[in-house]
Amino acid sequence: MNSLLIRGGHLVDPAQNIDEPRDILIVDGRVTEVAAPGKLQSADKVVNARGLIVAPGFIDLHVHLREPGQTHKETIATGTAAAAAGGFTSVCAMPNTKPVNDSPAITRWMQDPERGAVVNVFPIAAATAGSAGEKLSDFAALRHAGAVAVSDDGKPILDDALMHDALANAARLGIPVIQHAEDTRLTASSPMHLGITSFRLGLRGQPAEAEWKIVERDIRLAEMAGAQLHVAHISTEEALALVREAKQRGLKVSAEACPHHFLFIDENCADYDTRYKMNPPLRTAADRDALLHGLVDGTLDVIATDHAPHAKFEKFVEFDRAAFGITGLEIAVGAALTHLHRARKVPLKRIVELLSTNPSRIVHLDGRGTLAPGAHGDVTIFDSKKRWTYDLSKTRSKSRNAPYDGMEFYGKVMKTIVAGNVVFEA
Amino acid sequence: MNGKPRSLLGIEPLTPRQIIDFLSAARKMDPKRPRTTLRGRRIALLFYENSTRTRVSFEVAAKSLGASTVVMHASSTSIEKGESLKDTGLTLQSIVDAIVVRHPNSGAPTLLSRILDIPIVNAGDGMHEHPSQALLDAFTILEHKKTLKGLKIVTVGDIYHSRVARSDAHLFTKLGAHVTFCGPEVLLPEEAAQLAPGIRIVRDMDEALTGADVVMMLRVQQERLSGLQINLDEYIRRYQLNPQRVKLAKKNALVMHPGPMIRGMEMTDEVADGPQSVVLEQVLNGVKVRMAILASLLGGRR
Repeated sequence: MNSLLIRGGHLVDPAQNIDEPRDILIVDGRVTEVAAPGKLQSADKVVNARGLIVAPGFIDLHVHLREPGQTHKETIATGTAAAAAGGFTSVCAMPNTKPVNDSPAITRWMQDPERGAVVNVFPIAAATAGSAGEKLSDFAALRHAGAVAVSDDGKPILDDALMHDALANAARLGIPVIQHAEDTRLTASSPMHLGITSFRLGLRGQPAEAEWKIVERDIRLAEMAGAQLHVAHISTEEALALVREAKQRGLKVSAEACPHHFLFIDENCADYDTRYKMNPPLRTAADRDALLHGLVDGTLDVIATDHAPHAKFEKFVEFDRAAFGITGLEIAVGAALTHLHRARKVPLKRIVELLSTNPSRIVHLDGRGTLAPGAHGDVTIFDSKKRWTYDLSKTRSKSRNAPYDGMEFYGKVMKTIVAGNVVFEA
Repeated sequence: MNGKPRSLLGIEPLTPRQIIDFLSAARKMDPKRPRTTLRGRRIALLFYENSTRTRVSFEVAAKSLGASTVVMHASSTSIEKGESLKDTGLTLQSIVDAIVVRHPNSGAPTLLSRILDIPIVNAGDGMHEHPSQALLDAFTILEHKKTLKGLKIVTVGDIYHSRVARSDAHLFTKLGAHVTFCGPEVLLPEEAAQLAPGIRIVRDMDEALTGADVVMMLRVQQERLSGLQINLDEYIRRYQLNPQRVKLAKKNALVMHPGPMIRGMEMTDEVADGPQSVVLEQVLNGVKVRMAILASLLGGRR
């Protein structure tokens, strides 16, 4: 028997409607007791959480671990080490690996203990073979192998009939289709948002409608199919409004926002700084403000990182030629606490919903996203106010393509616990 | 930023003073009277994109100052396969004193300047800027007009794809001219008006030309259209500069074109070769301006 007692902390667990001091006992990887302070007897190991917030382990719905096939950027071991350092106890790994994760074999391979994952890895499998957008993959077999959702992230399904079939198949299995909403017919060779900044820099731009038109269509198709749709990394005010309206109509539609989309805008790309090049691109100040509002009012369900590691030679080149994406696992929690909790008085309950309760609900991770007795012993312990500065040179990720170096945050992850084992300590 | 810039990456970062300094220096330059200002200096002309006139112009300018030149042509396939721009730059830095770079990607000179310590001259990057062209355009105008201040300068055509239009607009507005952009929506998005203070967009060419002091015609860059559909017949009807349209501008208005010109498309032969056309002067002035650019960036630097 292996037991861990988390003592003296303040538990924020929206699923149990708890926002008060609680001690938590984890035995053999599962929560066995949640009790008022001092009521539980000691365990093999004790974690002192005095003055800290104890939350159900954070779940990142959107990461690129690059393995198999692109281990020069990241491996499952290094990516999950960065996740642990960022307070994430589970990550959902996108299928744009090499080869694309469209098979039960790769899905299982990614979850093999041999990969050296430090936190839980839940693969999101490709919705179509090779993410080529032609033929659906075998959702049932993928689900059986451990995939929690399907997506052709980065290569959105443009064909209406195929997207409808993907949604219908996924609905039968009770899993969501996650869509990177981008009409790629409108975004060819466009490294940033279409607007005055792209015009000024002489760069081709992606119009906002490239995102919202796909979101609009996907919502319509999801309604027809009675399916669950999750909109990845939403970036425009218009797309957000469509999600809001779909929710009001009671559809099974959810959406995530990435820290970079609520921290930065297209003007950050001035001087061709490729650390601000990502897809979807940074949008306008109005879009950023709309996302912040959506995070506050509940239109957005999830904060996900879209952690996208790239090697120096792929990222620090001409803007047009630079790879899309930045890393983000290590700053997401700090960004949420700083820009939502501290700056906009968003209660911690809502922060935990965005980072744990809701992502768990969306990909149906039973026994996660809560610390109710019986749940997995995945815990994130953080200081909700502590000031710290991000030092990119110390990142656990294999890549350093992020604009956060030297950035100050208020709110810091202190301990990350997976199945009752401390995997990260600040 | 005041004083001398280290590199010339674009017009946008320059102050009016710095622009005037380049123009004044150009007035003293003459390729027919070579100088020794840059004797013993080596200048690399790194061209990732085909260009005859700009490359030749820079080469003549460098040689007229006594510098030696190394021309490096890189086809786009060699970019795909070969070493990165960064490594090319680092390699060149150890053997030359400055790099003049033409590149199909916007921002490539900015990237080079961030990595290297030697002056970088942007000889045209993607759709971004072409600062030496804007300086020579201003220089040419100033040979005919006392000042840019208050002039009405109309730029017509494919503004979206044009690095010349962007550099020109920055320069002209910084020196007090009123810039009007004219072109169809696909080649001239509304955002263009926010590029620099006071830019107006007028879709109708006749209206745009009325009272103009300078008409700058741009080439339709068919190679950059990438899927945009334009009807050339209609384009010519609406945006070609013909003798009737020239009459709408002021009597002494200048007709300019940064080249390469497609006769019969942007303008008719009569206009291109007409009395108001200064297209050929632009070419000669290009050498003077580029001499001034190289001399001010490199002169006195060792």
